[in-house]
Amino acid sequence: MTAQSNTEASPIITFENVNKWYGNNFHVLRDINLEVKRGERIVICGPSGSGKSTLIRCINRLEEHQEGRIVVDGTELTDDVRAIDQIRKEVGMVFQQFNLFPHLTVLENLTLSPMYVGKLPRKEAEERAMAQLKRVRIAEQAHKYPLQLSGGQQQRVAIARALCLTPKIMLFDEPTSALDPEMIKEVLDVMVELAKQGITMLCVTHEMGFAKAVADRVIFMDQGQIVEQNAPHEFFNNPQTDRSRDFLSKILGH
Amino acid sequence: MSEVTTFQFKPARPAPVRSEGLVPWLRANLFGSWQSSLTTIVVGALLAIYLPKFLNWVFFAATLTTNPDECRAPGVGACWGVIKEKYRLIIFGRYPFEEQWRPLVATALMLTMLVVSCIRWFWSRWLAAAWVVALAVFFILMYGSLFGRLDVFGLTRVTTDRWGGLPLTIMLSTLSIMAAFPLSVVVALGRRSHLPAIRTICTLYVELIRGVPLISVLFMASFMFPLFMPQGVTIDTLLRVLVGITLFAAAYMAEVVRGGLQALPKGQTEAAQSLGLSYWQTQRKIILPQALATVVPGIMNNFISIFKDTSLVAIVSLYELTGTLGLALNSDADWRPYKLEGYLFITAIYFVFCFAMSRYSLWIEKQVNKSRLR
Repeated sequence: MTAQSNTEASPIITFENVNKWYGNNFHVLRDINLEVKRGERIVICGPSGSGKSTLIRCINRLEEHQEGRIVVDGTELTDDVRAIDQIRKEVGMVFQQFNLFPHLTVLENLTLSPMYVGKLPRKEAEERAMAQLKRVRIAEQAHKYPLQLSGGQQQRVAIARALCLTPKIMLFDEPTSALDPEMIKEVLDVMVELAKQGITMLCVTHEMGFAKAVADRVIFMDQGQIVEQNAPHEFFNNPQTDRSRDFLSKILGH
Repeated sequence: MSEVTTFQFKPARPAPVRSEGLVPWLRANLFGSWQSSLTTIVVGALLAIYLPKFLNWVFFAATLTTNPDECRAPGVGACWGVIKEKYRLIIFGRYPFEEQWRPLVATALMLTMLVVSCIRWFWSRWLAAAWVVALAVFFILMYGSLFGRLDVFGLTRVTTDRWGGLPLTIMLSTLSIMAAFPLSVVVALGRRSHLPAIRTICTLYVELIRGVPLISVLFMASFMFPLFMPQGVTIDTLLRVLVGITLFAAAYMAEVVRGGLQALPKGQTEAAQSLGLSYWQTQRKIILPQALATVVPGIMNNFISIFKDTSLVAIVSLYELTGTLGLALNSDADWRPYKLEGYLFITAIYFVFCFAMSRYSLWIEKQVNKSRLR
């Protein structure tokens, strides 16, 4: 870690003129400039295909950007594999489809990375895993297999798994979109609790209640661009562009 | 809104018991429709006509005599005496007669190792070590020395061209399966690599081998390969054939494994990457366990066909079980007419092995699917 990256003032994530294309024609991110402060909680919303998932997936290099610079906690994302490994240790991610490993028990899902990436002895990894499972209130399911759990339980396990590497940044890619309505709340509760503990969070979601409750900033994207960003209160009550006004009227309209 | 009432849930009750009896079973399975009834009657009639004849030939009119003249008497069924007379030649081939305890012990050791390896309790690093020792012992017993140098065991040397029969079948299939399986996994991963050179090499390998029959691979290994070797360098035919079978089998198996890799959702790789696992950690811990579990039936299919394809080595003058049967009966005018009995005998041997493999594969399937049971 460089000394400069630890200073409070410097942003933990920086996007500088980032551009990305899928194939030759689909310009999915266009001139993205973004600075995320340490401990900041950001909600990203926008219509489907607007590039919001791609944006956060660039932060841990699940997607490569072709132009511009992305710096995460003082390390720039390039083809350097060691830099990517370093950043992935500091960035946890939660997916829409949970992506738990179905052939491993809940506990094994959680200990895998601490043991093989963090080089922790098994016992220590298990202790850490159980602590995280307690945090998401699911410790009693530790020895079950993921597919034996409900969707909401699986997503909470996925959050615990991402937390096991003690990341500085958590990325959420539509974490409640694949859940039954009755299970959304249990996942959001865990996320709200997490938000209160000062971890940097970037969350792609359409749960506007969550955005109002915890976000420091809401980013609205469309067609690969950041259309508007503002504090949630301002964004919801006083959207600055016609595009965001139109979007909000559609998702809040009923 | 008016008063809220408490909703009364109905208690769960067990599913109704299905009536199981002979008559309902017959009606459901054999006489469910007129097509079904017709099939039942035709098959039943054929069985009634031919089954007694077959059983009569196999058991009731069969003879165990080792005198071929008695077999020729009218009304005599199968002449099992041919097996009694020739079983050592069929099982051990041209291996020197008085030394045949050696392939017997060696094969018994190999079979024991195979059975032990199938039992979960023994799966550990020690098993791999035990295999190294067992294979060394196998070759010392069969060949009489190790690497042709250490003659300290006091055994006469038996060159590989005299090995044959069941020991050869089992050795060829075990070794080629053990080598082809890991190779197929590497090739399957290689075909999905993002490095174009590796991807091209693996694709070329699979497509080239799949475009050629096994017989020509064996011919090339046996007859053409030596032409390209520098003068004075020889590699044992058996080894060349073994490599040929392995390369052939691995190409097919690689495609089965690739099917399993293809079936996994991309999210599994992404989740592993987001947790910081390296490429090989991801493959070993996340991707392969799941991909291989889905293709157990296909892989076992390949194993069984390798086991039976070893019979093709007869065309390059290596006599495994099928080859030794011909060897045993063709040279003996007295017994030559009783090939059918001989073939039924080796059929039974092949069947026992193949059936064991297929039952074992069902057990493995059940084991790997445990995490999917509720």
